[in-house]
Amino acid sequence: MNHALLYALVGVGLFLLGFYALIIHAHLLRKILALNIMGSGVFLVLVALAKRTHDAYPDPVPHAMVITGIVIAVSATALMLVLLLKIFAKTGQAALSDRHKK
Amino acid sequence: MQIETMLTAVDWAVVVIMLPLAGGIACFLWPVMSKQLGLITVTGIALSVAGLGWRIMEHGAYRHAVGGWGAPLGIDLFADGLSLCMLIMITTVGLGISFYASSYFESRRAVWFWPIWLFLLAALNALFLSADIFNLYVTLELTGLAAVALTALTGRIDALNGAMRYLLAMLLGSLTYLLGVALLYHDAGSVDIATLAQRIEPNATVWTALGLMSAGLALKTALFPLNFWLPPAHASAPAPVSALLSALVVKASFYILLRLWLEIFGSFADNAALLLGLLGATAILWGSLQALCQTRIKLLVAYSTVAQIGYLFLAYPLASGSNDMIWSVAVYLAFSHALAKSAMFLATGNLIQFGGHDRITDLDRAVQRLPLTVAAFALAGVSIMGLPPSSGFTGKWLLLETAVTQERWDLALVIIAGGVLAAGYVFKVLGYAFTQAEKPHDAKTVSASMEWTAFLLAAGAILLGFMAPEILTLIRLDIAVNIDGKAV
Repeated sequence: MNHALLYALVGVGLFLLGFYALIIHAHLLRKILALNIMGSGVFLVLVALAKRTHDAYPDPVPHAMVITGIVIAVSATALMLVLLLKIFAKTGQAALSDRHKK
Repeated sequence: MQIETMLTAVDWAVVVIMLPLAGGIACFLWPVMSKQLGLITVTGIALSVAGLGWRIMEHGAYRHAVGGWGAPLGIDLFADGLSLCMLIMITTVGLGISFYASSYFESRRAVWFWPIWLFLLAALNALFLSADIFNLYVTLELTGLAAVALTALTGRIDALNGAMRYLLAMLLGSLTYLLGVALLYHDAGSVDIATLAQRIEPNATVWTALGLMSAGLALKTALFPLNFWLPPAHASAPAPVSALLSALVVKASFYILLRLWLEIFGSFADNAALLLGLLGATAILWGSLQALCQTRIKLLVAYSTVAQIGYLFLAYPLASGSNDMIWSVAVYLAFSHALAKSAMFLATGNLIQFGGHDRITDLDRAVQRLPLTVAAFALAGVSIMGLPPSSGFTGKWLLLETAVTQERWDLALVIIAGGVLAAGYVFKVLGYAFTQAEKPHDAKTVSASMEWTAFLLAAGAILLGFMAPEILTLIRLDIAVNIDGKAV
């Protein structure tokens, strides 16, 4: 087993771990963290799979993608945190209320 | 001649993306003028799309390397008949919604609406012009972020909850899609759709990527059973926002899936197509039944979207074999749904402003007091039900015809049942619009421009029915151009 494959598998593991946490936890901050861990998992897969050729230097294109992805993840996290603060200010709890208001 | 040279010299694809971006920033900088700036920008976009359309009609599909860097390093913009059709859909419905919004929002909300709406337009336009699957991911995220911000615009708790659920679902969907992109890149060494189309051979990696990307995009398109986020988000947003979420934003992820299928996966993924079709059929029945059970108009219209999205996915199983026509029908149906559903949400917005609520049983003779709005709702309903001569009829008839020719009786039955159920929920609303409520309500006035925009969009959904041949050839434009150099 080479290094790249090991890293990629760890990335997939992080993705699945994050997915599990996203489903299982009701607290919104935990959901936000879970999505961030999932994102890191995907980025790790991208970085690891960059070493797809047997050259000394890895493929730089996935690295550029990861940087773009990180920028998006930061903005999305910021938006999630703002929504979380607004929900907390209105209801006093950091969770989605499951019943729609009739 | 000189005008023609000028039209050819301008890179309309770049203008179509940069104009709303610049307009959005201008709206942030001069909030007092945001309404005027917004309307001017949207009109400008409509003209640029016309320019792009002219260019594609004259010279066929075109590709523009941004900044002179071509693929594989740079970002390419690509426009063919399919992209053009989606852009026309965005522009037509976007113009209507913009005029509606200019009278709907009071100045405090308008300051936020216009810049975010223009950013959403920029993201959508960029999405329909993207030539590579990673750029599609980026634009999809931009679309999602802007759409979520618009959902939360009122700041009420149900809107915040809806927006949060929407955002969590969006991010889960796009991360799943991105993992698929990573695998495809690993397999083929490119993210450019045209290059991928040549290099992809079905193997385990490609199948995993196909599953991940389809699941992510199905979640974003709210395909049954991944539609849990749609009704709360679409029902809690302000009326123009619900209209653009339901009419335009769900079509973005649908377009990506369609594009992937047309160019990359379509040749080998028959089983997956069957599954998508099955989910679509379930969505039609389940969404329509849910819509029938609702007591509030907005939720009813939102569940109707879940059902109508199902129709778009029926194209997947019917396309197996070499039936290109069915994809055009799916795009045509998406266009038709965009017009009808935006009209329905805007009409609902008028009813809410008029009576201060959206309980179906308390509509209280709306038909006498808001005749134009109820007419808009009814006309849009005609298209959703699929009655002639509306565009909904043409699209669903073509689907039904294909299903019967291929002896897919199960799908044919679902198409018919969906129409009957749609008639049920549209008439449920219309019936109460004729009757008197138990308690009379005091009513507020609704501005004429809001009534007229809803009506004109609904009329557009009917008129599109007469333009079916033009639209259907437009979508196949690139194919036709490649064959004999001019549009068929």
